[in-house]
Amino acid sequence: MSDVLNTAQDRVVTPNLPLQLRHKVIAVTSGKGGVGKTFVSANLAAALAKRGLKVLVLDADLGLANLDVVLNLYPKITLHDVFTGKSKLEEAIYKAPGGFSVLLAGSGMVEYSRMTSEVRDSFLHIMEGLVPNYDIVILDTGAGISDVVLFSVSMASEVLLVATPEPTALTDAYATVKVLAAQQKRQTIRMVINQTAKPGDGRAITAQLQLVLDRFVNAGSEHPLSLIHMGDIPADPSVRQAIMRRQLLAQSDPGCPAAQAISQLAKNIDVALLRREG
Amino acid sequence: MIRSPELPQINLSDLRLAEARALLEHDATFQLPSAEESPVAYVQKILDGLCELSLRDPLTGLSNRRCFNNLLNREIDSVARSGKSVLLLMLDIDYFKKVNDTYGHHAGDLVLQAVAKCLETCVRPLDSVARFGGEEFAAILPNCPTSFGSIVAERIRKAVADLSVVVSPTETIKITISIGGTFAPEWVRSTTALWTERADAQLYRAKSAGRNCVFIEEPLSVSVSADEKGMLFGHFLTDDTASENIANFASNGAHNELDELK
Repeated sequence: MSDVLNTAQDRVVTPNLPLQLRHKVIAVTSGKGGVGKTFVSANLAAALAKRGLKVLVLDADLGLANLDVVLNLYPKITLHDVFTGKSKLEEAIYKAPGGFSVLLAGSGMVEYSRMTSEVRDSFLHIMEGLVPNYDIVILDTGAGISDVVLFSVSMASEVLLVATPEPTALTDAYATVKVLAAQQKRQTIRMVINQTAKPGDGRAITAQLQLVLDRFVNAGSEHPLSLIHMGDIPADPSVRQAIMRRQLLAQSDPGCPAAQAISQLAKNIDVALLRREG
Repeated sequence: MIRSPELPQINLSDLRLAEARALLEHDATFQLPSAEESPVAYVQKILDGLCELSLRDPLTGLSNRRCFNNLLNREIDSVARSGKSVLLLMLDIDYFKKVNDTYGHHAGDLVLQAVAKCLETCVRPLDSVARFGGEEFAAILPNCPTSFGSIVAERIRKAVADLSVVVSPTETIKITISIGGTFAPEWVRSTTALWTERADAQLYRAKSAGRNCVFIEEPLSVSVSADEKGMLFGHFLTDDTASENIANFASNGAHNELDELK
């Protein structure tokens, strides 16, 4: 596993999580909004929990993620209350339907959608308290490239980039990859292609993105970046149904192709990141 | 938009202005108001003078850190709105302590003044130079294209290296500076603390690399060129509907870029 922030300047720029904690953190991000980032975060968390892992999902979009909507969970105590010192960290952690824990940001966090050193420090402090209690922490980050997204991604040793085959989503995913390569000197980014039409599409898209990267970004770079294809999620009417019902796939239609794909994705992540056997 | 708070009625004769006037008297650059002026104009001039004093570094005459933070905030605002490219440079005199220890503090002051003057002459009128603290200076360069960053910083570094500072009737010394710089992230409203930290990190790199050199953070490139897009969607072209969509998308993209050029 690469230590992406192990350069002199980053140690100065971004006080970061200790490495052993960062190794347990996955940032789920996407260039474009509306590609299913939060849906993937929540359902992946449930699939990882089903594999016996202790999982926490944190709304790192600071109130703009729809994690509460996806999970149909509207907690009284949120990250905002922890930030303002009104509540203790433990009080803000809720059990989600899929057998994992969630920490939601709460709408009050929108005012923090600009990263300041205070927000950053509180965020880090909270992460330091959280991460040791879990096998894996999933950061559901915002879409696009903002300093909040870049900061939350910097707390994760692994990035899972969700894209769909649409040209706009691919362009934005590619732009995000470029920024992560330049700013954080990342050497690997893991890809999930959502809403694919047929088997093999996702792998082909990842391969194509890699070709463009090699030609325009990696050429002559000291830190060539590789994309690792982690899985596809096929376009599946059950997904829409689950979202409308505000349920996880595992609840609404556990046998559907998308649910199977997410179980496979969880297995791939388990094997690749936690070095556990499938 | 600054809204003035409701002001209470003030009787000008109750004001004690002697101390403020004395402060301003010590400042050679300041034109003291004459006693003949109207009381309001008189007080106004004293206030203006104090504002001016509170924003300037007394030794070098440059903006001080307080003033600089205001300027930086203003630039952050404009960058967030206009997406213009603004460069922040942090500049630090190399081995300044040695100058003080070897030639005395007066020599140190002369060096600071000489560097300040040199920096001011190196930049454009719209740029701002400030004394950030100690032997550290900072400069904001609005409307500086990313490709010019290193060229400008390098020119400043060279100008300082070419200086000869007379520190006593018999001694002239050479000095160098290290420069770190970073562009404001164009798509976000950053903060003064984050931005200066990033520039400071580059300065730290310059110091670690042996001093008397320039490090500019590579600006994040998020633009995806037409060539990149073309290659990105190459694999779709077997599928008829998809290729049509992509052709539309590509031509729209090209259009937007052209519009921006105009």
